[in-house]
Amino acid sequence: MSTTTLTHDEAHDHGAPKGWRRWLFSTNHKDIGTLYLLFALIMLFVGGASAMLIRMELFQPGIQLLDPDLYNNLVTNHALIMIFGAVMPAAAGLANWMIPMMIGAPDMALPRMNNLSFWILPAAATMLLLSFVVPFFPGGGTQINTGWTIYPPLSVQVGMSMDFLIFAIHLLGISSVLASINIIVTLLNMRAPGMKMLKMPMFCWTWLVTAFLLILVVPVLAGGVTMLLFDRHFGTSFFDAAGGGDPVLFQHLFWFFGHPEVYILLLPSIGVLSHVIPAFSRKPLFGYNSMVGAMIAVATIGMVVWAHHQYTIGMSLGAVTYFMIGTILISIPVGLMIFNFIATMWRGAMTFETPMLFAVGIVLMFTFGGLSGVMLAVVPADMQYHDSMFVVAHFHYVLMPGAVFGLFAGVFYWLPKWTGHMYDEKLGKLFFWTNVIGFNITFFPQHFLGLAGMPRRIVDYNVMFTEFNVISSVGAMVFGLSHLLLLYIVIKTIRGGKKAESRAWEGAKGLEWELDSPPAFHTWTVAPQIK
Amino acid sequence: MSVKDHAGDYYIPDPSPWPIIGMVSLLLTLIGAALALNGVAIGQFAVIVGLLLFFYLLYGWFRDVIQENLSDRYNKQVDTSFRLGMFWFIASEVFFFLSFFGALFYIRNIALPWLGGDGYLGATQEILYTGFEPAWPSSGPGELGGEFQPMGPWGIPAINTLLLLSSGVTITWAHWGLKLDNQKHLVWGLIATIALGLLFVGFQAYEYGHAYSELNLTLESGAYGSTFYMLTGFHGFHVTMGAVMLMAILGRSMKSHFSSHKHFAFEAVAWYWHFVDVVWLGLFIFVYWL
Ligand code: HEM
Ligand SMILES: [Cu+2]
Repeated sequence: MSTTTLTHDEAHDHGAPKGWRRWLFSTNHKDIGTLYLLFALIMLFVGGASAMLIRMELFQPGIQLLDPDLYNNLVTNHALIMIFGAVMPAAAGLANWMIPMMIGAPDMALPRMNNLSFWILPAAATMLLLSFVVPFFPGGGTQINTGWTIYPPLSVQVGMSMDFLIFAIHLLGISSVLASINIIVTLLNMRAPGMKMLKMPMFCWTWLVTAFLLILVVPVLAGGVTMLLFDRHFGTSFFDAAGGGDPVLFQHLFWFFGHPEVYILLLPSIGVLSHVIPAFSRKPLFGYNSMVGAMIAVATIGMVVWAHHQYTIGMSLGAVTYFMIGTILISIPVGLMIFNFIATMWRGAMTFETPMLFAVGIVLMFTFGGLSGVMLAVVPADMQYHDSMFVVAHFHYVLMPGAVFGLFAGVFYWLPKWTGHMYDEKLGKLFFWTNVIGFNITFFPQHFLGLAGMPRRIVDYNVMFTEFNVISSVGAMVFGLSHLLLLYIVIKTIRGGKKAESRAWEGAKGLEWELDSPPAFHTWTVAPQIK
Repeated sequence: MSVKDHAGDYYIPDPSPWPIIGMVSLLLTLIGAALALNGVAIGQFAVIVGLLLFFYLLYGWFRDVIQENLSDRYNKQVDTSFRLGMFWFIASEVFFFLSFFGALFYIRNIALPWLGGDGYLGATQEILYTGFEPAWPSSGPGELGGEFQPMGPWGIPAINTLLLLSSGVTITWAHWGLKLDNQKHLVWGLIATIALGLLFVGFQAYEYGHAYSELNLTLESGAYGSTFYMLTGFHGFHVTMGAVMLMAILGRSMKSHFSSHKHFAFEAVAWYWHFVDVVWLGLFIFVYWL
């Protein structure tokens, strides 16, 4: 080993290592970022395939394609794959690529651990996949019909596939915690001299807060599923009332993680928007400091409002009121961020390239999802909406725009930087419109379905819900297929296209745009001075 | 802003096989565990192979880090990265334990009173468990696991508290020796710490035996048994890990790897040990005493 470490300095200067070793053994933040993004793209299609199956089944009342347990297993997998396999890795990929370039650092602070946190993900994905496959084998037990929330007592009764899922969650947790530690350390310790905390690019701030959230809540989920594992196999009774435990305890543990998790999904995209909107409005971000403050407020209050997912469990009136007020309070800092974005656009010299289209779409549609969130936060109303398709509509309106579109915006915004080529703007715009229209056709009708009483996570439905479900399923096909366009654009851009300049967008600001497009394998080996 | 592409001061390691080995070992171990838990015999072999691979990984990875460190590749900034990393790792561990403490708190203060008919939704009591009077320690209205006696605080647990607290003192004493560049002082401090730690684990094992054979206090003893073993078990596991880390540090101290101004590894282990110590105080108060 010592011989290889001694040649380190030369290896450093000679660019990328060759062959498969480059990817498997990588210690380079750009390569690891690429790995994260590719993994997320693959998972986007795997999760998308399960969503297509779900919508095909719901095209008509009655049971067509899937038996009820398989249906619910797909619902479970869809959520877990999209959240843990697509959105979080994609956000981590952006972080890996951009944070060191944005703060003038030579790499992430702990490069080897960085690679570990990526490579745990394929292992977790394998476990998830196994949890889906195992029941098809003799002796493989029942399918996971619980939904992604894996509430006991049902999850205690599911067969061995649940154990695969529990371990997959452990792995995902380890991966996120390691990645978060790395990001926190990088941001605290690797900034170029002169870059004060309050001069850090906004994307870095959003990831700093996200990483803190992850470190605080993911271990609690890990603890929760560990107790579940013990209840399943070792006779404990954490979640068994006969032994003095309580199934509701699991819900608390899950949502103590689960609610902050939605901000974990949201914040990196807010960070992307804070770069995209100023760049295409040709104005600096409005209210940088208030943005940082709002984000910290969101994260802090967000830690203590989790039980709004459990209004119907029979909490005391005092508890329910507290959780309601807390939840509604969060709309204030969230609203402030949105107003900051609007104020940034105000009287700017705006142009609407693909990233900006997504950004504007987010501001409109995410706000809409926030409003349905406030409806859900009101306890007496939620008693009706809970576990209905209205909730499904709500969280897709916050998650698709709030998380996924933000990541799309980031990918289009930085693709020229990563690949050195401009993507095809016409195709980009086409993707945006098919994607956004498909999305709205799919999920808007689900509001009506929920309000009319259609429950979620049930394979069959009353004939009176048919029309809206047909519309939703047709929209889903458009929505799903539009992602093939994304794939095509990305591949096309990697392979060629108009050469991108260092500053690919005229309004783009920040250290990353001082570097070549594509940047050298190692960048900022000498830290820039920030005035 | 000028960019010159030559190697800076911050050490970026060469491509390394350890992360991939880590992934394979974790995958093997966990697939094996999932199978073994469900009675598929081959799972156990996968667990063993996976764990062996994992220990090999720990050995190899740390060996590389130590070598890089000894060849003076780590500057001050790298050192700070390690410190911050360790700090936030411990923070995440704190929250892991918090989930178990939270469960204990919830069961004692919310779940059990509910089962006893408290609150405005007393229906569980009326319909399922009429006449159940909640009191801690409890194995629930079903009295799962049969009658048991709880573990009192003033026997072994009190001794263990003393042991861990004094190990906190001895490790500080060792640190003091390190700062004085007095190797003998350092080594003996570490040996004392390890001995106290192992003694603690031994007593804990004895206590478990006692609980199983004489008190009929088992994992199956309802909420009390569950929280008791989960909290003390995970803590005991952490003490064991801490002791292994201490032994590694002891080995390195004997080889004079540390100096009074550069000894992050020692400090990392010391932080970890203090963390385990503080968790124990929480356990002593909330699990044994109150
Ligand atoms: C003003 C902001 C928001 C409010 C007031 C709010 C409120 C709520 C409430 C009360 C529920 C529970 C509904 C029920 O199950 O009966 C809910 C569900 C949900 N929300 Fe939000 N929300 C807000 C923003 C967000 C954001 C920003 C995200 C993600 C980026 C999000 C993601 C979700 C998800 C995923 C669920 C459903 C989880 C499940 O049951 O599977 N929400 N929201
Ligand atoms: Cu929530």
